[in-house]
Amino acid sequence: MIGATPLLEIRRIARGLHPTVRIFAKLEGFNPGGSVKDRPALKMIQEGIKAGRLAPGKTIIDSTSGNTGIALALIGRVLGYPVELVVPSNVSLERKRIIAALGARVTYSDPLEGSDGAIRLCGKILQEKAEKYFKPDQYFNPMNSQAHYETTSPEIYRQTEGEITHFIAGIGTGGTIMGTGRFLKEKNSRIRLIAVEPDDALHGLEGLKHMASSIVPGIYHEEKVDEKIPVSTENAYAMVYRLSQEEGILVGQSSGAAMHAALQVARQLRSGTLVTIFPDFGDKYLTTNLWVGWRERMAVGNLQFSI
Amino acid sequence: MQVRVRVPTPLRKFTNGADEVNAQGNNVRALVEDLDKSFPGIKERICDETGRIRRFVNVYVNGDDIRFLQNLETSLKEGDSISIVPAIAGGA
Repeated sequence: MIGATPLLEIRRIARGLHPTVRIFAKLEGFNPGGSVKDRPALKMIQEGIKAGRLAPGKTIIDSTSGNTGIALALIGRVLGYPVELVVPSNVSLERKRIIAALGARVTYSDPLEGSDGAIRLCGKILQEKAEKYFKPDQYFNPMNSQAHYETTSPEIYRQTEGEITHFIAGIGTGGTIMGTGRFLKEKNSRIRLIAVEPDDALHGLEGLKHMASSIVPGIYHEEKVDEKIPVSTENAYAMVYRLSQEEGILVGQSSGAAMHAALQVARQLRSGTLVTIFPDFGDKYLTTNLWVGWRERMAVGNLQFSI
Repeated sequence: MQVRVRVPTPLRKFTNGADEVNAQGNNVRALVEDLDKSFPGIKERICDETGRIRRFVNVYVNGDDIRFLQNLETSLKEGDSISIVPAIAGGA
């Protein structure tokens, strides 16, 4: 049930672009766990079992800002493994509830330390009781990007009938852009890979990482990316509102960031088939600050679309 | 009023790596100004062009979110504990 997600053409927001420039978004919110992370979570666990590192008696543990945690909790439930997660305590309430409902045990890390704090705390817990645990290690496990090489990317290539010219994705672990990018470049080396990150260390884009100021994931190799676009939190949020109001699709803020970047790239093209990833849907963020004051922001003149 | 302010990782480049600093202010607005005097540039990260706290930043006074108090006008007393916390967690 994981994968095989639909590709949605973004038509209204794309009005005003050159007629032969088309933007598509892959809706990863349709995965059973609600996000793109179901794919790498499954692959990392499958490989762990094959390698004998995950076996009955072990507990699955990892640090996450939420989506990977949900995916691991879900898969752990189905396969019968206990799951422990280290999560920053400033993740959305919905995330916390979903993870709890799926039966995972959570250790909350200091919100002021962000996801790097969770990475470090998880490392400490592991050091104290290494034999108890199997750690998928999403920031450093090549099986993360491998999942995208094997599933996400072939799907995109097929769904665009090989016409894709640009792939745009936010970077959190970097798995999506690395794995998807590798397959796409093998098919057609002219396809451009564009990474999207927050424009500042202090940001409101749950799931994305500002690489210059944080622990760079071991699986992320920036030299393989053709371009990196920084997106402000305000612009990402504005795009979330536009997607809900103009395209009728409710997504999370990392999707808003990816869409903003995709549009920015699209405006410079005379033709092209752009594909971006919407990592999850917006229901997990309804209680968060993303929606605070949004109507006032949408009022004419108040909303800054700095494109 | 002298208060303690806990600062998140992304802002520690302004405070020379300190995760907790002292600051002065009768209310949150004055506190932010004081922080910017001691650590130039920090206000611009926390507040938008209109001077309001950015939506994705939460400020807590003794554990209470100022959005449920008087926002920037929330008054402070000696020894209060302030935390500046990103509203969400980045990462994956």
